[in-house]
This record gives sequence, structure tokens and C-alpha cells, in this order.
Amino acid sequence: MSKSSKRLTPKQKERRKFMRSIALAVGVTGISLLGMVPVVGKWVERLRPPGALREKEFLAACIKCGQCVQVCPVEAIKLADLTDGLGIGVPYIDSRAQACDFSCDGLQCVLACPTGALIHEISFPSQVDMGIAKVVQPAQCLAVLGQGFKGQARGADFQGKLRYADIDRWNPIKVADHPYDLELCDLCVRQCPIEISIAECAAEDQREPKGKVARVAQRQENECPPKHAIELRNIDGAMTPVILEGCVGCGVCEMICPVEPAVIVMDASDSRANSRGMRT
Amino acid sequence: MSGVVESLRVLLGGTPKRVSKKELPEEVRELHKHKFADKERIEAIHIELREKAANKQPEKWRRKRWAVLAAVNLLFLVSYYLDIQLLEGALTASRFAGFHMADLNSALQVMLAFKHVVINLVIGTVTIFILWWLLGGRTFCSWVCPYHLVAEWAEMLHLKLVKKGWAKDYHFDRRSRTWLWLVFVILAVVTGYTIYETISPTGILSRALIYGPGVALIWVALLLLFEIFFSRRAWCRYACPIGLTYGFVGATSPFTVHYELPNCFHEGECRKVCLVPHVLDTVLKGRAREMEVDIGADCTRCLRCVDACPTGALTIKYKGLGDLL
Repeated sequence: MSKSSKRLTPKQKERRKFMRSIALAVGVTGISLLGMVPVVGKWVERLRPPGALREKEFLAACIKCGQCVQVCPVEAIKLADLTDGLGIGVPYIDSRAQACDFSCDGLQCVLACPTGALIHEISFPSQVDMGIAKVVQPAQCLAVLGQGFKGQARGADFQGKLRYADIDRWNPIKVADHPYDLELCDLCVRQCPIEISIAECAAEDQREPKGKVARVAQRQENECPPKHAIELRNIDGAMTPVILEGCVGCGVCEMICPVEPAVIVMDASDSRANSRGMRT
Repeated sequence: MSGVVESLRVLLGGTPKRVSKKELPEEVRELHKHKFADKERIEAIHIELREKAANKQPEKWRRKRWAVLAAVNLLFLVSYYLDIQLLEGALTASRFAGFHMADLNSALQVMLAFKHVVINLVIGTVTIFILWWLLGGRTFCSWVCPYHLVAEWAEMLHLKLVKKGWAKDYHFDRRSRTWLWLVFVILAVVTGYTIYETISPTGILSRALIYGPGVALIWVALLLLFEIFFSRRAWCRYACPIGLTYGFVGATSPFTVHYELPNCFHEGECRKVCLVPHVLDTVLKGRAREMEVDIGADCTRCLRCVDACPTGALTIKYKGLGDLL
């Protein structure tokens, strides 16, 4: 090809520029639409923070700012990467690594959310509906096997934190700094925030039986969880963890389970699918 | 008012209108007749420009702007790490000392996709709208957006490579940004997802800085490589819907770069450094409609032209109430 034939007329140049621009716009749009693939294909199923709307609405409403991440005292909330497609920048909880133990008390992430992606109508842990715990391999469960547990629940290197009210009411500490010595392993029930809350309310009522009515009236709705979340039940002679109606899917039982892999895992698929991130 | 309409038209990708000589005001025509009579002054300007080119000084405004941009972005990081709750969140939405702020384009995407607006988002959006209207709209781009900063560095490299013939500068139709803005608005409504946020380099960089890097940075790197080798400042010029959103806000802003025809000797230094040189078409000989012109809405107020102009024809102007009316 000679040099002169390569020289373009202004009209040809304009045309090429126009075609290039179409390609640019189509290309950028196409790449952005690739973000739909992991979402539509359900590549990942994420446990979302307390109050998260149904997945579709949640992805739409979330402005991807991470204010929920910043307020969480146990740093349970993380932001998803581009591998989540258009779920990029959307908060999730990896409950095996660090569950939400409600140690902020007031659902700080919900209060922090600027767009209502975490529904503002809830104030207490028992109103949360993040998911539901599922006992996936009961045969490996220490309680089912009739075994106790001694030592650090997740080993010395585990970085996860929990709030142990008897040690420090306000500040969560590392699970590794709180060894156990149990005749029968009941860690999932023992550390369940809902169960702890129910026990605290009961203890409070017992301490001052006379003033009970007045105090109960002071308590706001659902401040004391109305339903149990988990119990060890004797099934055919084996103490088996059973998930009850009060489970909110916070993931603490999954995090604390000393068996590898965990006997209990969180399932975020059903519960939020039927509710707007809160219990009805 | 016609100035605003023309400025919006150019913002959306239109070519700046030419005015025939006859339509120009008498004083402008008169000025053009005598402007180049002072040969000594013109010569002095050229000597100054040659000296400037020989020993490059750092640009005054660019340094200040980079400092502000770094400070704003680092404030997010510092606030989070020291847990002082001064500036929480990221550039898409945040709280400054507890007060809500929401990026206008992110808020728009969320409102259109979610189709439900909570009061905190309204507060954040209105706050940011007023803030950037006062500060000039696209001022956000050059003074806050982290992608703008890395793209400026990429641009420096691009210009060097072009000089050596190792890179090309392909131009695109500026209307592509308007199309993309519309496409992302429509996609948000139709799909119910905030599609643009997936590829927003502004959001990705802001979150990477605050919450740690991720694979999303590969996308930003690809954009930068494209700009370095194929097209100067392509994302900011031809694609970014955030820039267009803030452009709308700044169309009537009191803060503008101000052009004075009598001081201009049409050296073209300003257009060489400008991210959006079409807004400076008015500095071309015979193009200014008035003795004084406010630069249009697409201007990011980066003030590089103010530094580049050898004769002080471009200055910063903050219009008072009288000027606005």
C-alpha cells in the first residue's frame, strides 16, 4: 500500500472517529453489563449485614460506600470485589472468619446506612433476618459424639472476636484469648447472641421479681428476643444442635464451631428471600 | 441565559458555535483591528514563552489542586484508621462530621435502580448539589476525583510517548459521554441494578484506598493503559457519566474561569494543557462573542490554563449575586 492511499479525507476521518466512538460506547456498556453475570448466575451467595433487603433490592439500594464497614466493632463486614460483578463494593459477612455478634447492641451498621439498603425499621438483634443456621454435618458434631471441648475454640491463630459480657461488657476480645473447658461441647448454644440475650433478660427478671412489670414495660419491643434460636436436643440418645425459629443468621455458631469444617453453616438463601431484611 | 444553553450544548458534545464577524459587537471588532499593533509586546510574550519552555517551573495551581485532592481522599482513610468519625464512608456516599453527603451520580443510580428514596439520601444529595454548585460542578473532577489524579500522571506519560512516536492520540466523538450517561440511566431503571457502579473508577479507587486494594484495580489499570497508548484522557473526556452529572450542576455555578479578550494574544498555551479544550474555543482568534467570556460547564476548574496563559487573560472569577442575575 502506498503512502498516499493511506491518507484519509476529512470525511473519512470523521466517519472513522464516529465508528470508534460507537465502539467505545458499546464496549464500555458491554463491560459494565458483564457485571450481571456473577449476579444472575448466582456465583456467590453472600451473608449480608443485619437488615439487608432481599438480594435484588439490596444490590440496587446499596451505594457501595462502606459506612457499615466502618462502624462495626468486630469488623465483621467486608466489601465485595469486582469478582462479585455488580455486587462490587457491596457489604457481606464471612461468618466463619468473623460473625456478627451484635456487640454494637444498637445495630450500628443499620444506623450508618445512608440509603436504607439496610432497613431502618429494625433496632434489635431479634428483628434481624440475615439468614438461618443449618446443621450440615451432624455426624461430626462433638456434642452428637458425646465429646467435650477444651482449649481455644478455633486455635491460637484465629483472629475472630467475640464479646464476652462476663469479661468485658463493652469491648470484644479475641476468641483465641478465651479458652474453654467444657464437659460436653455446647459452644454454638453457649455463644449464640440470641440465647445470651434471652438468658440476660431472664436473669434480670429473676433478680427483681417485684419490679418486673415496670421494667418489662420500659423494655422496648423485642429488646428481649421472643423466641429461642438454638438448643441441644436429645435425639436418640445424642445431644444434637437444633436450629429454632428465633435464629437470625448472625453466624456466631458457625464461627465458634471447633470442628473443621464447621458443623453449622449460614444459609442466606431462604430467609431474606421472603422478608424485607427483617422478621415479620 | 443563552450562554448557559450554549454551554450545556457543548457539555453534551456539541461543537462550539462560530459567530460571523458581522455579528460580533463593535468593540470586539475594533479591538481585533489594533491588537497586534504593539509588536514589542508580542515579541516580549514570545521570549517569555521560550524561557518558560526552557526551564519548566512547577504549576502553581496544579500543586495546590493535587494537595487538596490528596487531602480529601486521605481524610477518608485517616478518619477510618484513627476511628475519629470525621469523614466516614467513601466518595460514593459519606458523612462529614455526621452530616450526610452522597455523590450525585451514585445517588442517581441508586434512586433509579431502587426506585425508593430514603430521607438520608435526599439530605446527602441536596447537600452535595449545593456544595458543588457553589464550587463549580466539575470542580469535583479535578479537585477530588482520585481517578483524575492518576489519569493526570498517565497523561504526562502519554504526552512523552506521543512525542517519541510510541503512542497515538485517537480522538472520539464527545457525544459518546452523553450516550453513556443515558445508557447507564436507562440500564439502572430497566435492570434495577446500579450498573455503572460496577465499572466506576472513581468508586473503585476511593474504596481501594480506604478499604484495601482488590482485583477491581485491574480495570482501572486497563483504562490508564488505554489512555497512555491510544487516547489522551479518554475516560474523563469521552466516557465518565459522573463528569457529565457534575457538569450539569456547574452550568450555572458562580465559580468560573474568566476570559478577557483584550489580554489575549491567542498563543494557544491554554488549549494545550486543557482536559476539555472545546470549552476554550472562545480564545481562538475571532471566536469570542464578548470582551469578557465565562468558560463553559464542561470546564473542570483545574486552573491549568490560568497557570499556562502568558498574558493573564484567564483568571478565576467568583460571581456575586449581581453577576448571576
